Amino acid sequence: MSGSAPAGLPRLLASPPRDLDEHVARYGPLPELRRRAERDEFVAMVERSGLRGRGGGGFPTGRKLRAVGHGGRHPVVVANGAEGEPASHKDRVLLQRAPHLVIDGAAVAARAVGAHEIHFVVDRGDHAGLASLEAALGARAHEMPRPDAWRVAVLPSRYVAGEESAVVSFLNGADAKPVSVPPRPYERGVRGRATLVQNVETLANLALVARYGPEWYGSVGTTDEPGSVLATVVGGVARPGVHEFALGTPFTQVIQAAGGPSEPMGALLVGGYFGTWLDLAAAEQLVLAHGVLRAAGATLGCGVVAALPALACGVVETARVARYLASESAGQCGPCVHGLDAIATALEALAAGRAAHGTVATVERWLGDVAGRGACHLPDAAVGFVRSSLAVFADDYVLHERKGPCAASTHAPVLPLPDPRTRDRSWR
Amino acid sequence: MSRRLVVDMIKCDGHGICAELFPEWVRLDDWGYPIIDARDVPQALLAHARRAVTACPSLALRLEKGDGR
Repeated sequence: MSGSAPAGLPRLLASPPRDLDEHVARYGPLPELRRRAERDEFVAMVERSGLRGRGGGGFPTGRKLRAVGHGGRHPVVVANGAEGEPASHKDRVLLQRAPHLVIDGAAVAARAVGAHEIHFVVDRGDHAGLASLEAALGARAHEMPRPDAWRVAVLPSRYVAGEESAVVSFLNGADAKPVSVPPRPYERGVRGRATLVQNVETLANLALVARYGPEWYGSVGTTDEPGSVLATVVGGVARPGVHEFALGTPFTQVIQAAGGPSEPMGALLVGGYFGTWLDLAAAEQLVLAHGVLRAAGATLGCGVVAALPALACGVVETARVARYLASESAGQCGPCVHGLDAIATALEALAAGRAAHGTVATVERWLGDVAGRGACHLPDAAVGFVRSSLAVFADDYVLHERKGPCAASTHAPVLPLPDPRTRDRSWR
Repeated sequence: MSRRLVVDMIKCDGHGICAELFPEWVRLDDWGYPIIDARDVPQALLAHARRAVTACPSLALRLEKGDGR
């Protein structure tokens, strides 16, 4: 049982091993990291690899490991598979296909920071991911440093529930709502202990970096941004779904990998509902990578790429998502509660073609007022998303404000949202 | 030492007393919640800032160490 490094792609979405034995035979053993020097070298190696968080923030994983490793005794590791973004499916797909890689990553992260306790967090709606993870954990009970050291927590399906501080709050017995930071979880998290919260895709990558090293990790991707990324491609494409791409892959190839456009495209949404709209001319010049997207005022976020058909209406789609985001406010911060609701109401009026003259200007002013004024990033998410729509669909907004709804407003809804009848409304 | 005026938005209930007591630094948004100038509060205005902090019924305001901006 030696295992060999996967060449090329896919890495994380390779055909699933039948069981733990096949998993171990395929990938080989994890480093033990028994000595302090080995742990330090491991963290330095992860820093060199350039691995970044895949939950949306893109924070360097090595730096987070270092912070928690120095954060006092008995730290805690949280493997975050709570995928609150309605358009994203990559975490649930990963939990189904490669639960052992996620567990490996959490286990090796725990060794690296000196943690015994690992919490695996799964979205309440993700029954298949939960079953897959629990079966995999059951097969590895003997690996736990002590009984009950690895636990599974099922989080409410809410947009902000997967945010780090909200997950920690939930694990501490309170609502899965974000709390004011600092202190951040890596300083004071689960039961007051330094807590490493890592997305499950990050951990699955860590499991491979731990075995095969930074050179292997960088054998796909770009020099600045090595590695691969899971992206959920939805909307007007022939085969919507989760795909694995090298970082730096052009969006034209991303769309092709999902079977190409199912009807002519009008715009792309990149990064999920905390991402931004891009017009096609801009999108054709861009690639799946943090740096390039950030320079263009966009974000890779959680890797959602949504194709908006040319015959659909960007104003209508933006209004639908803005209403959803407003309704997902945890209700804690005034500017979020009232501001997002006001913005969504104005956008709905614009979409329906019954907005007063000057509504777009009012929305712009509100966006400026709401930005940066929540305990979590929900208001900023809504602001970035709506603001990008004002740029990309500027002509459509003018038409909607002056003349009423456009012909495209009758297109079937494109961006996926939870069914309002079955939606999770709880915070516990 | 330089100081910044900061609000904990979760605690804030939008009473608006801060904007009344310290209009040089705090304005209210359309829903009555404070928008606070992020720069360091000038020495000459610190007494006003302290009064706003003390008067907040929700204990949501505080003066933090500034960053020299």
